[in-house]
Amino acid sequence: MHPFAYVAPSTVAEAVAVLDKHGDRARPLAGGTDLLVKARANVWELDAVVDIKNIPELMKLSVSNDGLSIGAGVPCYQIYDNSQIAAEYPGIVDGASIIGGIQIQSRAGVGGNLCNAAPSGDGICPLIIHSAVAKIASTGGTREVAVEDFCTGPSRTVLKAGELLVSIEVPKPAANSGAAYTRFIPRNEMDIAVAGVGVFVQLDASGKNFVSARIALASVGPVPILAKEAGNSLAGKPVNDETIATAAALAKAAASPITDMRGTIEQRKTLVEVLTGRMIKQAVERARG
Amino acid sequence: MTTNSPSKVHVTTTINGQKHELLVPGYMSLLDTLRELIGLTGTKEGCLDGNCGACTVNVNGRIVDSCLVLGAEINGKEVNTIEGMATSEGLHPLQQAFLEEAALQCGICTPGFLVAAKGLLDNEPSPSEGRIRHWLAGNLCRCTGYDKIVRAVQKASS
Ligand SMILES: Cc1cc2nc3c(=O)[nH]c(=O)nc-3n(C[C@H](O)[C@H](O)[C@H](O)COP(=O)(O)OP(=O)(O)OC[C@H]3O[C@@H](n4cnc5c(N)ncnc54)[C@H](O)[C@@H]3O)c2cc1C
Ligand code: FES
Ligand code: FES
Repeated sequence: MHPFAYVAPSTVAEAVAVLDKHGDRARPLAGGTDLLVKARANVWELDAVVDIKNIPELMKLSVSNDGLSIGAGVPCYQIYDNSQIAAEYPGIVDGASIIGGIQIQSRAGVGGNLCNAAPSGDGICPLIIHSAVAKIASTGGTREVAVEDFCTGPSRTVLKAGELLVSIEVPKPAANSGAAYTRFIPRNEMDIAVAGVGVFVQLDASGKNFVSARIALASVGPVPILAKEAGNSLAGKPVNDETIATAAALAKAAASPITDMRGTIEQRKTLVEVLTGRMIKQAVERARG
Repeated sequence: MTTNSPSKVHVTTTINGQKHELLVPGYMSLLDTLRELIGLTGTKEGCLDGNCGACTVNVNGRIVDSCLVLGAEINGKEVNTIEGMATSEGLHPLQQAFLEEAALQCGICTPGFLVAAKGLLDNEPSPSEGRIRHWLAGNLCRCTGYDKIVRAVQKASS
């Protein structure tokens, strides 16, 4: 590991000042479960890591009538241990519960998952389907970016050197809505998604018709994909096998996977279709409560 | 703000109930801090990338892979390692159960499994077999085939 300095600021202002000074030779440290692996593999040569876990704002997890706010440094276990979040945002809990094993979940968060921008990131699709927004700070001020626009390529994001993710803001889901995320892996846990699918649905009061839906796909493209047409195809339609199959086929069409050691293009596309159908059904079940 | 010299960080921490003051290079892992700076070599190095769990320690009540934590991060925290499990009264019930159930062969994974399993039983004294297997999914063992480990943890649960 290239020798780097450890800096632990207690405010966003101090953190962005350090990041600004070092440019791309410094990186924020959240749970470190990607950063320390990559630093050890010499993916980057860093002069400093900026531990964000002493900044109260970045460690805040709050759920209220305004929605869910996830500080960039909040570890996964705090998300899935929170019964209110589990009840109102089950899709986000689905993702946070399968990132690594227990040791990893003590440290890893969805903020780090998003900034790491792996196409397979299990924390990202659940945020996309919820129309979540990333709050970003730098010495120049703050800005907001929709999570669906955040990743720009494998390990690449809209963040410029010196920018810091502060939190992820998830709007409060509408009444009669539900969400779910799953992935396919050959093991039971501790593996990287061959394909993953997240679905958010809003139903009408009868629970029989879709009002709207959002579907996002992991590990089947250079970034997590918002399958807009697939989600839109459900809007205003009745909940039945035919509408679900149509959306699943559109999700399959939106996937543009590669063949690698984890799976082939054909397998991944088929997985997207199958998992999309399952996740729509699960999200509907949850929406019906 | 902890800057000090660019390379070393002043850390005050409690390890297995004992206060320690250390100067830790900013890039040094908690694993190396324990093994090289403090001489606590019970915590093992396996993969160095978070997959094997041999380096598992407990920080403020949560189990973590010490290869993916920096030594500098334990400032003000409480760390518990395998060396803190047995007391003057004897082995921890998990250690005793591992011996009785022959839940180890080469032993390289054992400290990690014990610290991880203790992290479970401290909060959930009677977990199901499924819960134990799920909890220990972040620990790899190349020798035992896991069944004996799971049986030992079941034996130590109430
Ligand atoms: C054994 C193992 C198993 C894993 N399993 C999975 C899995 O099943 N699914 C999955 O999706 N991932 C998995 N991962 C990858 C990793 O755990 C996740 O991506 C995790 O969510 C990263 O979060 P972190 O808090 O540890 O991020 P860190 O490692 O701290 O940071 C990740 C990246 O984001 C940057 N960053 C962190 N915080 C900020 C910020 N506030 N602003 C700007 N940039 C920031 C860092 O500089 C770094 O580049 C696994 C990793 C390991 C080691
Ligand atoms: S050495 Fe840390 S998880 Fe393998
Ligand atoms: S006893 Fe040898 S690896 Fe577990």
